[in-house]
Amino acid sequence: MSTVEERVKKIVCEQLGVKESEVQNTSSFVEDLGADSLDTVELVMALEEEFETEIPDEEAEKLTSVQDAIDYIVAHT
Amino acid sequence: MSLEGKTALVTGATRGIGKAIARALAEQGATVVGTATSENGAESISADLKAAGAKGFGIVMNVADPDSIDAGLKEVNEKAGAPVILVNNAGITRDNLLMRLKDDDWTSVVETNLSSVYRTSKAVLRGMAKARWGRVINISSVVAGMGNPGQANYCAAKAGVEGFTRSLAKEMSNRGITANCVAPGFIDTDMTRKLDDKQREAMMEVIPAGRLGEPEEVAAVVAFLASEAAGYVTGETIHVNGGMYMG
Repeated sequence: MSTVEERVKKIVCEQLGVKESEVQNTSSFVEDLGADSLDTVELVMALEEEFETEIPDEEAEKLTSVQDAIDYIVAHT
Repeated sequence: MSLEGKTALVTGATRGIGKAIARALAEQGATVVGTATSENGAESISADLKAAGAKGFGIVMNVADPDSIDAGLKEVNEKAGAPVILVNNAGITRDNLLMRLKDDDWTSVVETNLSSVYRTSKAVLRGMAKARWGRVINISSVVAGMGNPGQANYCAAKAGVEGFTRSLAKEMSNRGITANCVAPGFIDTDMTRKLDDKQREAMMEVIPAGRLGEPEEVAAVVAFLASEAAGYVTGETIHVNGGMYMG
């Protein structure tokens, strides 16, 4: 079983069409990985699906980096 | 224009324009799910598609009821796969002069003709975004542009649909999803059969083509917008009205 970190990074790569080597924990979805507003919505939806959880909009807005997403998932699943 | 392997959802597919659209998309190879407000209606859609040798079936869905939309979409996803073509056709009229229009006439027309489009579109967008391909086709009306006495509620709802469609087109274009309207003029359906002789006469005077349109003539435009060939057409309203109004 992959770790949360690995699974989050895999989804980030799939959704944003970036290479795994480009994705650091500190990477910002918008500034470093080139996500637009629609990408970030889709990314959150994909995370919800993968981890079978619901991320409220006000929380989703705060998830701006890979580490934010990992932390949220670890704390809420 | 093959739509083989794609699921299309057509609301209000029991009669008239919706029925013709369901058939036209099925002819292009799509698996068509048509919605009706009753079990009988759903069965007649299934029977009609079967008789045409097409893939697809009817389901019961009340587009004015969010829970019914959720349940209907779930059924479609399970039985036919996520729809990548959505045709919002279901609609009602509750005509009256504004001075006599009841709150309920306003609310039910706006809910059924406009809010439903918001709800069904939102429900299918995720599947379309994943597929990086989608077609949302909303059936508007010639009166959205020209106005019509006795139809303030209907005109407002249909004009709302056109504005909604343009926003949706801009939001989703870079995902391969297009959103367009088809605006029929006077088409030979139950909705126009309700008009009295005097209204019909007045209608004929303003239609240069000198006749009502056929549901199939609307469906053909929908089929084009659903096709691969229409991939660069988005945010547009195409009029099908025999020349009575030219936007």
